Formats: sequence, C-alpha cells, structure tokens
Amino acid sequence: MSPDRHVYMANQIGKFFAHQREDIAVDEIADHIRSFWERRMLADIYAHLDKGGAGLDPRVILALRKLRAGTAVAP
Amino acid sequence: MGLIHEIDYGTKASSNTKLVSLSIDGQTVSVPEGTSVMRAAMELGTQIPKLCATDMLDSFGSCRLCLVEIEGRAGTPASCTTPVAQGMVVHTQNAKLAKLRRGVMELYISDHPLDCLTCSANGNCELQDMAGAVGLREVRYGDEGANHLDSVADTSNPYFQFDPAKCIVCSRCVRACEEVQGTFALTIAGSGFGSKVSAGMDEAFFESECVSCGACVQACPTATLMEKSVIEMGQPEHSEVTTCAYCGVGCAFKAEMRGEEVVRMVPYKDGKANHGHSCIKGRFAWGYATHKDRITKPMIRAKITDPWREVSWEEAIAYTAAEFKRIQAKYGTDSIGGITSSRCTNEETYLIQKLVRAGFGNNNVDTCARVCHSPTGYGLKNTYGTSAGTQDFDSVDHADVILIIGANPTDGHPVFASRMKKRLREGAKLIVADPRRIDIIRTPHVEAQIHLPLQPGTNVAVVNALAHVIVTEGLVDEAFVRERCDMAEFVDWAEFIAQDRHSPETIEGLCGVPAKLIREAARLYATGGNGAIYYGLGVTEHSQGSTTVIAIANLAMATGNIGRPGVGVNPLRGQNNVQGACDMGSFPHEFTGYRHVSDEATRELFENTWGVALRGDPGLRIPNMIDAAMAGSFMGLYIQGEDIVQSDPDTKHMTAGLRAMECVVVQDLFLNESASFAHVFLPGSSFLEKDGTFTNAERRIQRVRKVMAPKNGYGDWEVTQLLANEMGMDMHYQHPSEIMDEIAAVTPTFADVSFAALDRLGSIQWPCNAQAPEGTPVMHIDHFVRGKGRFIVTDYVATDERTGARFPLLLTTGRILSQYNVGAQTRRTENVAWHEEDLLELHPHDAENRGIKDGDWVKLASRAGETTLRARITDRMALGVVYTTFHHPETQANVITTEFSDWATNCPEYKVTAVQISPSNGPTEWQVSYQKLSDDARRITAPAAE
Repeated sequence: MSPDRHVYMANQIGKFFAHQREDIAVDEIADHIRSFWERRMLADIYAHLDKGGAGLDPRVILALRKLRAGTAVAP
Repeated sequence: MGLIHEIDYGTKASSNTKLVSLSIDGQTVSVPEGTSVMRAAMELGTQIPKLCATDMLDSFGSCRLCLVEIEGRAGTPASCTTPVAQGMVVHTQNAKLAKLRRGVMELYISDHPLDCLTCSANGNCELQDMAGAVGLREVRYGDEGANHLDSVADTSNPYFQFDPAKCIVCSRCVRACEEVQGTFALTIAGSGFGSKVSAGMDEAFFESECVSCGACVQACPTATLMEKSVIEMGQPEHSEVTTCAYCGVGCAFKAEMRGEEVVRMVPYKDGKANHGHSCIKGRFAWGYATHKDRITKPMIRAKITDPWREVSWEEAIAYTAAEFKRIQAKYGTDSIGGITSSRCTNEETYLIQKLVRAGFGNNNVDTCARVCHSPTGYGLKNTYGTSAGTQDFDSVDHADVILIIGANPTDGHPVFASRMKKRLREGAKLIVADPRRIDIIRTPHVEAQIHLPLQPGTNVAVVNALAHVIVTEGLVDEAFVRERCDMAEFVDWAEFIAQDRHSPETIEGLCGVPAKLIREAARLYATGGNGAIYYGLGVTEHSQGSTTVIAIANLAMATGNIGRPGVGVNPLRGQNNVQGACDMGSFPHEFTGYRHVSDEATRELFENTWGVALRGDPGLRIPNMIDAAMAGSFMGLYIQGEDIVQSDPDTKHMTAGLRAMECVVVQDLFLNESASFAHVFLPGSSFLEKDGTFTNAERRIQRVRKVMAPKNGYGDWEVTQLLANEMGMDMHYQHPSEIMDEIAAVTPTFADVSFAALDRLGSIQWPCNAQAPEGTPVMHIDHFVRGKGRFIVTDYVATDERTGARFPLLLTTGRILSQYNVGAQTRRTENVAWHEEDLLELHPHDAENRGIKDGDWVKLASRAGETTLRARITDRMALGVVYTTFHHPETQANVITTEFSDWATNCPEYKVTAVQISPSNGPTEWQVSYQKLSDDARRITAPAAE
C-alpha cells in the first residue's frame, strides 16, 4: 500500500477540519481515521510517521500520534 | 393465478376532505367533493361506458359515450367532466342513453377495421368491450364511405407500433404524453375527419421527440399503439407485481406473462413511487434477461489467461471455498473480501456482508455505493442523523421552489422527472446548478428561472455562496434554527459563512457563475415557499463530495426547509437498490442500519444472532482493496453483480489490482469486463427469477417477485448460501422472507418490516417500527433523528485535479436516458437504437479550436489514460467542459478518470478530470490491446465428451 496515497488521504481529512481549533481538529481527524481506515492503512501511515512523516500536515501528525497512543477523544 | 386487473375509475381521485352524497341509479354514495359522476358511479361498481376517459388522465369529455341524465338538469352531460353535487340524482342507464351510446359507437365502428379475431388487442380492447357494453348490433353506414382503414402503420419504434387504421382519435395518447410524461411529443394534427395522432412534426415515432416511456401505449384503448411483444406473442394470461431493476426511482410493474415468458411489463398504478408511469428502460428494456449472451453454467480457470471451463455448481463452489481458504491460510484472515451489488436484493446484499463478517472473519465488504452516494451517507448522517433522503417522491407535489444540483433527472430518473415537470407546469419555480444545460432547464412548458452553469469542482463554493446570501441578507428561518438545531454550531457556521470570501461576488470568477444569479437563486430558494433540493452524482462524485452534501444540508436547515411535505434534501439514487445496499450493512465500517462495527452493543447483537465473534475495526473499501492487492496483502475477492472494471475510476489501476489477486469470483448475468480478470464465474439470476426486496431513493422497500425459474438454477441468495456453507458457516434459509425476518430482528429501523407486511401495505418506507408501524414518508418532522440538527462548517478546497497546458479541458461523465450504468443490461436490448456508442459532447468553440467536426473520431486523453470516441458538438456544454457517458466497454471512459476521491469516503472524483482532445483516426493502443484481452478472456472450452 502506498504511503504517498495515505499521506494524501490523511491530509485531505485534515483540510476538512482546518477551520477548527487545533485540539478539536486533531480529535476530529483521529476519529475519522479510526472510523474508516483499515488496519493495514493505519500500519502503513504509522510506519511513515515513524520515518518522520514527510508530507503530513502538522495537525494530521498530532492526530495520528494521539490515535496510536489511544489518547484521542471521540468528538 | 390470473391477470391483475386494476380498476379504472375513469377520472382521477379528488383530494378534497369534504364529502358529498348523491344518488346514482337509486343507490346512495358519498365521495369527496370534486369527484366526477363517472368515478362516483365506479365507486358503487357501476361502469359507465367510456372511451376517452381513464383515471391516469384529466377528464376530457370528447367521446360522448359516458353520457348520463341528472334530475333537474338539461341534456345528457358527460359523466367524466361533471362533478358530483350534494343531493344530485343520476341515472346512468335508460332507453334514451342506450340509444345515444349505440349511435356514438356505431360511428366509431364505421371507421374501424373489423378484424377483431386477428387483432393484437383481441381480449383486451376497450373499443370491443364498449361495443359489447352498449349492445351494438349493427353498423348502418357500410364501408364505402371515406375512412382511415388503409392508413399505414408506423413500426419505426423498436418496442411498439402505431397503427392509425385502428385509431379512434380519443386523444388519450396525446394527453398521456403531455400530462403523465410531460414530453408533448404527440399532437392531434388536422381537424374534423382529417384529425390524426401525429408524433412531432408528422414524423415517425422513432425520429420524433418521443422518449418511448410507453405512457401512450398504456393509455391507448385499442390496438393503435401496441407493444410489439404482444403482437408477436399474444395477450398475457397471468401477472405478478414486481419492482423495476433499473434506477433508484423503483417503479412498480406488473410483469404480464404467458407461462414463463414475459409478454410485457406494465407500470402498476398502485406503485407508490411511480403511480402507473414508466420509462423506456423499465417498460421495454427487459429482454436482456433472456439474451443469448447470458451465462447459465458456472465456470472456473486456474489463470485468467486460460479459457473458461464449464463445471458443476458443486465443483465451482468447492473450488471457490478452497481457494479462499488457501489464500487466508497463506496471506492471513484479512486477505479476502466481498463486494455487494446495488442491483441485487436487500436479502442478497445482507447475506454477502454476513458471509464476509461472519464467514471470512473480517469487515472487508463494500458496495458500489462507494462510487456514487457514499458521501450522501456520510453527510446526512453527520448533519441530520440518518444516511438517507428526507422525503417521499410525492413530496414534490407540494414544492414551490425546486433546486436541482448535479442531477439530470430526465435522463437518470425519468419517471420522477415527469412528476417534477408536472409540478413545474403547475407553477413551482426551478433553479438548476449544473455545468451543462440539461434538458429540464428548458423543456415543453417548463423553463428554469435560474441556471447556475458552474465550473466542475466548484460545488462547495457555490452552495456556500447561496448560504452566504441567506445569512447576510437576513433570510435565515431563525425560529426553525432556534427550535430544531444546535445553536452554538449554527452561530459558528453563520459566522464562517458570512465571511466575505464566501460572497457570490468573490467566487464568481472561480465558479464562472455571475454573482447576480447566485443572489437571485438564494433569495428564491429561501423565500419562495417550500424549497426542495434534489441532487445526484454531480454533487457526490468529487473530492469534496461529502462537503457538498453537508453544505446542502446546512442550506435546508438554515431556511427551515426540513420536516414537512414539499421540502427536504433528496438524493436521487443511481441504481435500483443503492439505498438498500447501504442500509444492509454493505460498508466496511457499518452493520445494517448504519451502526458502526466498533459499537459494542450492536456487535454483540450480531454476534448473538450469528453465533460467531465479530471484528470491531473497519475493513477495506473498494479502492483500498485494490491498493492492498497491489501491495500483495489482498488476494481474493467475491464480486456479486458489479462490474468494477467498467464502472470504477482509473481502469488501468483497477485492472492491475485484479490481476494481482489469486482468486477473483464474479457472479453476474454476463461475462462482464471484471470477469475478464476472474478465476471463477458464478452465473447470476435476473430480477425476474427470484423473490426479495429493493429499497428505492425515498427509503421505500418494495417486493421483487419471482415470475420464472432461475435460468442458472439458483437465485443469487442461494449461491451465496452455498458458498457460505462450503466456507464452514451454517446457513439454511429456505426463502428470502426468512432473511428479511433476520434483518428486521437486528435492525431497529426495519423492526416491523416483513414480506407479510409488504404484501399487506404494498410498500414501506423505513423507519418502520413500533413508533411508525406503516413506515415514515417524511423524516425529521418534529426533531432530527440525531436530536438537534448539526450545522457543520464547509470550507471550499479546490480539487488537485487541475487543467493546464497539457490537459486544458475538464471532463465530466454521466449517463443518458436509454442506457443504464455500465450498459450490461441495456446494451443487450433494442435501446442501443438510441445510443449505440458513447459520444463526447463539447462546445462548438472548443471543437473549432481543434479542427473537430460533429461526428469526427477524437482522442480523449488525461494523465490516467486515453481512448477514442466520436464527437458531438453542442452548445449545451459550457466552454472548456466536455462530457461523455460510460455505457460502452469499447470506449471505457473510466480509463480517463483518475484516482482522486472524496476526502471522507473515497468516492471517486468522476466529475472532474483534466483532459485534452484531438482528432483521431482510430482506437488507441490501449483500446486495441484491451479488445484483444477482452476477446481472449471470454473463450470457453467446449465440455469434454462423455
């Protein structure tokens, strides 16, 4: 599975919540990814995150970190 | 079992609530004020002779056969045009009336061929019946005088003929074309004895504007307009009511049969979605069910380069299960999945997702709604609380302003479009937002007040601008918002939308629509009375598809256009059972009734019902499956009734993904394009060959009834059950009604749905439960399903698919009236006479700049691929925008479309592809190689001799 594609998809999600305050947006992004992404897609984006997360928007990075840590709050 | 005969009351029912009592032939009857004397008599069972009257049409009063006497009134008024009055005393039969009627009939018959024994209407002819009813025993006028008996029949239409020799000029066909269909293709030309029914400007039917809906044929009381199938086969002897398997309107039809052969499909008057109307597809294009291309025996092959080998059902099912088990053993539980079909029944769809979740042990199930209305599900669930449209179709009768966004109802949903046009002729206002000047913008006696010809990809900007005008000009329905919506979210949204960057003046350069038009449209929608929004795939198939759905939902809430007849947000669903497929838990993240797989209570309910532990994490969506296949972790796919190679975007990527898999199973009527990449072919059954239910765009669940045995031996649900059992499940349904009973038991919105309830009520709109035992025509009446309506901010984000020097034009794709989706069904009917190839529509200036003339072959290229097709030059296209359909595999329009998709749902961005066109001499290399692959893939090895 292509990291580029998942980076693109994650950033698309981030853009929808861009108007929100950062803490809310991060939880919204995390919740969306948790709700719709299959585990291989998650594994792929986490692997990309571990390599520095090139191309990912900052809020998306925060969201992915919270999601992986299990600290994202459902909006 | 015999023919279903619907009562013809002669005139339409009155909706008046005040009752009037009168006496007819000594019997007292009470009927609503406004009812005709003819209809009141029929309520008593008294059939007043008639020819020009039928209850599908307005009263006309021309045939003079339905004369009656009314005490205290002079003369013999026509009962069809005379309304009842309190205390009226009517006599429908006496010597004077009998003599008058016989005289009238004598005149009719004096110019009618007396060939009843060889006439196609023999046994089902109203003229014949009326001659009998009035006691006609002689015709005194002979046959030497002037007559029409030598008139030549018009056989130009593939489905019906027009024989003017048999015409009595009752005008029922003309009125049906006007009142029911709204096309106005027919007229009575000439006058007096020379009066005749004429299509267009005295053209052949096929050459005229006639859209072959069949309303005229249905209305004709003689054999003048007659289905060619009846001429060929004779009159039917029994019938069943069933539901059309084409678009999301869900028309009810009587399948009229001789034995196991369909003689004709006649729209059912009591069908709540279509009220007795039809279109060319449902009415006539059913011949595919017995087409010679149909595959009726299972086939397998080890490699997709091998020819197919016919095998027994046992071998095919055993091979499939063994392959799926082998793949899971090698690549893991998540390495296989399934795709459900919007063309199959609810019960069949439910079984596939059950097989995947409970049998495969994962949630890798998806459906073709992924590529059409998945954003509708996301957008409406998040704003209103449920993933469905808010109204019934009848609601349009109460609309004052109709706003169509990204839908082409006269082609995509023609029967509903006729209802819509009727309402527009009655005076409702029309706003259309569409890059093309679609037909409903200007059609006989209908003209849109406002057309917003927006650039593809700017939907969100335009809908936001409409909302901007409503908020900044004080047009918000504040009482509604205060009572029904979350105020804090509204305030946030209103503050956002009021920003100058959303004003029409700011975005007009972006979307190409003059600011003045957007302001006028917003004012009209907000202040014109009941405002109803109808939208289609022009909204959803964008990278911001879900955002546009949300923006539309915001617009309706802000103006209070939710929760009563005449208003609402109405997605026009593409295929017959898109709504149902979504309802049935076809998405990888949801069980039936749109409940997330992570919801523990719901999951426990299913675990208890199915007796197996279930996963709580979402599975792969179709595009994700293809990506995973390319990555080597998704190796087996069970596809029921879908052709993802032809219908899904970026064909090269799709076919590469399928090639990478080790076991692709296609279950279909025909060897479709996806079957070229399959290892197992399981023959499918048509909608005529099985029982079940479809759910249409208005959430209406309707019965599909079996009228013939499956040509392949099994209904599709039975095939899935065979596979499930071979995979180790314990699945033993005896009838689809048992599957529906299980659906009802696990789905709160379907709690009171059953085949028995459907047989009793005719159809049911979900939710159907203890609170709404007969269903729910209009949703969100007192409160939104989610409680308070939720305004969500919808910022415009431009698509990354941009025009430039290489690809300066924008391609948008869609469908036309005579063809359906990938064309697998309609291409195998006479409908090809109307559309035998995909054409590229383009503006005259774009054509001239490239030296392209109408009818020229052109190469259409994007960064994803290229194809060739012929050009059609038309000024209904905006400059810089081109359009084509995806009905023909020879064109493969989706080789052009790209991988961009909706941010929330991965619904592909079919509606925006940057392209270039240039003159061409022939097919592209890709088309040539694909054609060879396609031919090779369809080879079938002859069975070995015994």
